[in-house]
Amino acid sequence: MKWFTAWRRRPWAGYAVVLVALATIGVVYAGFSPRTAQATDSSASADDLAHGKQLFNQNCASCHGPNAEGTRDAKGNAIAPSLIGVGAAAVNFQVSTGRMPAMNPGAEMPRKTPVPVFNPDTIQVQYPPNATEEQKKALRQAAVDKNLNDIQAYVESLGNGPSVPSADQVAPANDKVGLGGTLFRTNCAQCHNFAGQGGALTYGKYAPPLLQSTPTQIYEAMITGPEAMPVFNDTTITPEQKRAIIAYIVQTRSEANPGGNGLGRIGPVAEGLAGWLVGIGLLVLAAMWITAKKPKKLKKQHD
Amino acid sequence: MSTAELPKAVDGPLTFIDDRLGSTTFMKRNLKKVFPDHWSFMLGEIALYSFIILLLTGTFLTLWFKPSMTDVIYHGSYVKLDGVKMSEAYQSTLNITFDVRGGLLMRQIHHWAAILFMAAIMAHMLRVFFTGAYRKPRELNWLIGLGLFTLGLLEGLFGYSLPDDALSGAGLRITAGVIQSIPLVGSYIMFFLFGGEYPGQDIIPRFFTLHILLIPGIILALVTAHMMIMWHQKHTAMPSKDQAETHVVGYPFYPVFMAKTGAYFLFTFGVISLLATFAQINPIWMFGPYDPAAISAGSQPDFYMGFLEGSLRMMPNWETNLWGYTIPWNVLIPALVPLGLVMTGAGLFPFVERWVTGDQRYHHVNDRPRNAPTRTAIGMTGVVFYGVLWLAGGNDIIAYKFDVSLYATTWFFRVAIFAGPILAFIITKRICLGLQRSDAATMAHGYESGTIKMMPNGEFIEVHKEPEEEQKAVILSKEEPKPSLPARDENGIPAPATKGLLGHVRARLNRAWHIDNITVEEGHGHEAEGADRELSKGH
Repeated sequence: MKWFTAWRRRPWAGYAVVLVALATIGVVYAGFSPRTAQATDSSASADDLAHGKQLFNQNCASCHGPNAEGTRDAKGNAIAPSLIGVGAAAVNFQVSTGRMPAMNPGAEMPRKTPVPVFNPDTIQVQYPPNATEEQKKALRQAAVDKNLNDIQAYVESLGNGPSVPSADQVAPANDKVGLGGTLFRTNCAQCHNFAGQGGALTYGKYAPPLLQSTPTQIYEAMITGPEAMPVFNDTTITPEQKRAIIAYIVQTRSEANPGGNGLGRIGPVAEGLAGWLVGIGLLVLAAMWITAKKPKKLKKQHD
Repeated sequence: MSTAELPKAVDGPLTFIDDRLGSTTFMKRNLKKVFPDHWSFMLGEIALYSFIILLLTGTFLTLWFKPSMTDVIYHGSYVKLDGVKMSEAYQSTLNITFDVRGGLLMRQIHHWAAILFMAAIMAHMLRVFFTGAYRKPRELNWLIGLGLFTLGLLEGLFGYSLPDDALSGAGLRITAGVIQSIPLVGSYIMFFLFGGEYPGQDIIPRFFTLHILLIPGIILALVTAHMMIMWHQKHTAMPSKDQAETHVVGYPFYPVFMAKTGAYFLFTFGVISLLATFAQINPIWMFGPYDPAAISAGSQPDFYMGFLEGSLRMMPNWETNLWGYTIPWNVLIPALVPLGLVMTGAGLFPFVERWVTGDQRYHHVNDRPRNAPTRTAIGMTGVVFYGVLWLAGGNDIIAYKFDVSLYATTWFFRVAIFAGPILAFIITKRICLGLQRSDAATMAHGYESGTIKMMPNGEFIEVHKEPEEEQKAVILSKEEPKPSLPARDENGIPAPATKGLLGHVRARLNRAWHIDNITVEEGHGHEAEGADRELSKGH
């Protein structure tokens, strides 16, 4: 062990040990930390990345900058944020809900029909001759999935972030819907309303309704925190609890209103409006009708 | 009918009762009571009939409701709440909703009836105010009405709190906060009411007793007094040809009015049932059980408490610290000032009006709103003040549904709460005076008949016709103001009523009350055509 004793007395030995220790801890942490499973192909080929970059340049670079570093206006206010490190899940959420590419940047990016390259209904695909409707649909879906995967892979290649959850991860935990409801009321309802109808936020922003969001999009929103939404990471709300919340949302929006028309499920404001307009309105009409009626006997005397 | 002999089986008991109670004369006198006909006179009846429906459905609900805040774990038929911790009150409301036959319908009828009860009281009060029906001798009934409105607010608040769902709890939390904001005694009253720290275990059983026993009892007593006074004083009537201060024109209670009002009960019940069947109200199973950590976007009270919610929402966040005590103006002012202004203003108004106008006469014929422009304008001031507060209570829903900035709505309401009532006063008064002018023109030149006539010289005129007797009587129901007292008589002695500061204020107010009055009098109606020709030449 003589060489070791000699080696460790060298002036740079201390630094080397620190470096080695840091590297070891880093590698061990990376090995043990709960990585969300990779749905996208992690070994994206160079071709895919190039295709992703091409899509990025066509659809995103005008605001987010050619290297996704974000852009600022003359006063230094951000026009579009940097996308380095946002991860695949953020890209998937923003693009699949149609929020990105943004058409009309404002306080809130609304959900809208995705642009054709990311839209299974409108994407242009070369169909083989005599393909059936179903085959065409599958081809369009496959093309969209490829585009999404490639652009996600490209953004992911700029810096790691949360990846797109697998179908198992977002499957509604229907046996835990009670827990999901409790968590939803504590964490989500204050902005999205008790039935996921959405609500107003400050400065023209709003929490969108959750009526069209797919389980994947709901999950992605929780882990990436789009726009004003906070990030609910896996320590705040565990993956299992996220599935319970998804179950609650999915069940609530498909649930019938046992009491009749739900009046938009926005609470007492709509009820008051209905009470005045329908209730008092109909009764005033009834009162006018009743008081306009003259009894025959007395009418004769008067006429 | 009256000549037919009654069967002995009917006649006997009737005679027995009559001999002891003297009911025949009572019935004879009262069944003939005359009620004037006007659609707006039915608004109060909506409230009366909703109240009856509230009593009946409320009784049904008490059979299953458990006013207890004991924690339980739900394992009932509503699967989405399975395994969730909740209070027994909330659980029993879920059971009424999903397990008791007809329970949800009863709950919805109860709640819709409550909405209509309060809406009808408000509409009825506005009718009474704008037609001046509160004037002597009916001031007491006006005050009783205000009391009923206040009790209705309280009763609604308590009922809203009972199911112990998320919205109930939010309402209770605000109630507790408002009570605590009262300087010096607030904390003590809050602890007394809640039996300790918020929320404690006592508040729901206590509110239950108040909601089903005390307040409905007082409301019932006051409604009875309200009706008996109305019966005794007779109903006011709208101005018409045959109507006079000395007698009422209308239909006798039996059989005409009884049939009408009976039918109207069925209409009210019908409309409430219609709403309860087809429009869901207060879906507590979606709000979830009360949990201090949970709140939903769009958490509002029922509409009648909305004006308090609105005043709270638009209030700037002001607080003062004095010797270690906080005076929370941000809660105290919105909770007390608007309610105080509306209620005190409404309560004092009949007496202030009597003092200002010096009108001590009995009034049984209503004013047309245009003929009392100052009163109508003050009324609209109140309506706009209340309306702005009310809208502000739903500012987040407005911001969300109409896509405007939430803070923009807050600032709009903060300005509108001061500017709106002033504008409303000016605009309403001008509209009233414009209508008076139109009445004066109708009396002077007749009304525009729509018939165009060509004169021999080729000139076209529109024929103006003299109004019908009925229309004339309605227009001429306007009372011209008496000339206000001269401040000093010819000897320079000030009139007794205008002496002192109060007298001075009174004289000023009296002048302001009648200012800009347009005199409406019977003109040269028979020369309508000739007068009109001159008029059209002028153009």
